[in-house]
Amino acid sequence: MADPILEVRDIRVEYPTPDGPARAVDRVSLAVHPGEFLGIVGESGCGKSTLLFAITQLLIPPARLAGGAILFKGQNLVQLSEGALRAVRWRDYSVVMQSAMNALNPVKTVAAQYADAMRGHGHADRVAIRARSREVLSLVGIDPVHLDSFPHQLSGGMRQRVMIAMALLLSPELIVMDEPTSALDVVAQRSLMAQIKTLQRSLGFAVIFVTHDMSLVGHFSDRLAVMYAGIIVEIGPTRRIFDSPGHPYTQGLLESFPSVYGPKIPLKGIPGSPPNMVMLPTGCRFHPRCAKVMERCSIDPPGLYEAEETSVRCFLHEAAVVGRA
Amino acid sequence: MRLPLSAVREGEDAESRNQGGALLEAVSLTRHFRIGGLFGRMLHAVDDVDLTLNAREIVALVGESGSGKSTVARLFAMVFRPTAGDIRFRGRSLSKIRSRRDILAYRGQVPMVFQDPFSSLNPVHTIGYALDRGLKLHRPSLSRGEREAEAVRVLDSVELSPGRRMLGRYPHELSGGQRQRVGFARALSCHPRVVLADEPVSMLDVSIRIGLLNLMAQLCEMEGLSFLYITHDIASARYVAHRVVVMYAGQVVERGPTEEVLHRPVHPYTRLLLSAVPDPRAELNITSTDLGEPPRVVEPGEGCRFRWRCPLAVSICAQLTPKLRPASPGHDGACHVTVGQTRPAA
Repeated sequence: MADPILEVRDIRVEYPTPDGPARAVDRVSLAVHPGEFLGIVGESGCGKSTLLFAITQLLIPPARLAGGAILFKGQNLVQLSEGALRAVRWRDYSVVMQSAMNALNPVKTVAAQYADAMRGHGHADRVAIRARSREVLSLVGIDPVHLDSFPHQLSGGMRQRVMIAMALLLSPELIVMDEPTSALDVVAQRSLMAQIKTLQRSLGFAVIFVTHDMSLVGHFSDRLAVMYAGIIVEIGPTRRIFDSPGHPYTQGLLESFPSVYGPKIPLKGIPGSPPNMVMLPTGCRFHPRCAKVMERCSIDPPGLYEAEETSVRCFLHEAAVVGRA
Repeated sequence: MRLPLSAVREGEDAESRNQGGALLEAVSLTRHFRIGGLFGRMLHAVDDVDLTLNAREIVALVGESGSGKSTVARLFAMVFRPTAGDIRFRGRSLSKIRSRRDILAYRGQVPMVFQDPFSSLNPVHTIGYALDRGLKLHRPSLSRGEREAEAVRVLDSVELSPGRRMLGRYPHELSGGQRQRVGFARALSCHPRVVLADEPVSMLDVSIRIGLLNLMAQLCEMEGLSFLYITHDIASARYVAHRVVVMYAGQVVERGPTEEVLHRPVHPYTRLLLSAVPDPRAELNITSTDLGEPPRVVEPGEGCRFRWRCPLAVSICAQLTPKLRPASPGHDGACHVTVGQTRPAA
């Protein structure tokens, strides 16, 4: 496989709180290859959005990067100055935020906002800017007449598409998306996901897609990372994780979705709620809610163990490796 | 934890549920809103909706944003008065309920649980206070001690135990799932007959949702409560509801027993909705090119409101609004094309 376009090594993000620092992201490492679709799933407060902010260097104080490196095309983003970052951002990687529908400036037309982004990156030719704007808007399935529309004249789904088109303006190699579909209705959500996937295949950019809804990325992502309480508990090929989830948390998540067509079985969800990030449980962070908890889970923190094609942070899989050896 | 086998064993005791007639019933319920000032146009939020809720029954009202499902809930909760049509609770029309005392009594019996557990509890008051206030208002005959005992009882019944310890907690100390349980406890404290649950789980994490759906099914089974479960998530509707009512652009387009509607949907909109539900266990199959645009409800005029998006639309769809007609016993659809043609009146 080609070299990864993005490599995140051991990053840690902390927020100061009156009770001491809350480590929202704790020693997370992952890699994204060119053209790859990586899904990151987890519940609210698990640090998935914070991780994205850290990767894109958009952390807002008091959150701060407490350590680690973010290598994007060989450059360590952590060490870049704000000016140097500004050149990279949007040209090499762009971001579509959760509230993207509200991220548009309400008093400017779509065209004006697109032109702004392009001029910021040294494109001065008005005709070329207009042509490119029309092009990206058609890519996401919106009639280019809407270039002269104001955001309030568009529906939620259209605004979200406008944002995605904006992220495509400078043909970046990586687009980072934070729950871009969560405010949309199921039908709109489905069609937008299909569109993102089609664009990603034809234009070849890589995607990091963060969501709380595991079922959403099931069909679209190549690899999946499952986060819990600031750490990655399982990472591997999406189909593999859906077919045979290794971590009890992933199993619990998958068993929390009622099926529309399958047999109607009582589901249990996962008892309890995610931990307080300031007072994390000792040992494995999931052990108070885990159905397969063992004695040592409350004492030692598990490492990330290789299991088949995935990596799982659970002692159950450490044993598997030992057993095979 | 007890699992709601009743919800799984769907439809078995439908007979017993139907005894004694409808508990809560909407007849030709209509609500329009004027937009853009005195001479503005009319937004048809709810048009000619018939809906029945029997005792011990969970009915899911399914639709996307803009379908009018929350307006229906608010009409039932007497937040709005209907433009036309009527709502009857145990046979009595809500339009007859005028006095403050009667309105309070009705709201106690038909309480609402809101979507957002983070904004529906006052952050400066304890859970005990939130429950106490409702009890004081709706059940003034209780003494202070009785109110506290009642608060503990309802907290225990929503599995926030020990209830006594919860009384002194503040909303910020609770997780989203726990807060939503407080919302249910608050509704239960007034001895309700029907709970209007407007998207009660959509703001919660996936792993927490099932617990609340199980709670609803359990309360239906154990305490004989009925629920109007409003949701956009058709999979969760299947999980708890006995019957499903699908709304589009302010109108009911399909209704019937849950499994029947899901396995043999007759309305093209229901079919579209079902095809859009992500099901990781199923194969990916995207055939539709529908962009999911919201419906037009401002002065929609005559004709089927789904015809702009409908793959099956024919000329009559633009001329005549389809009425609900039986597709099979208990299962109605409002479509000119898929549900048997109207016979000329005899």
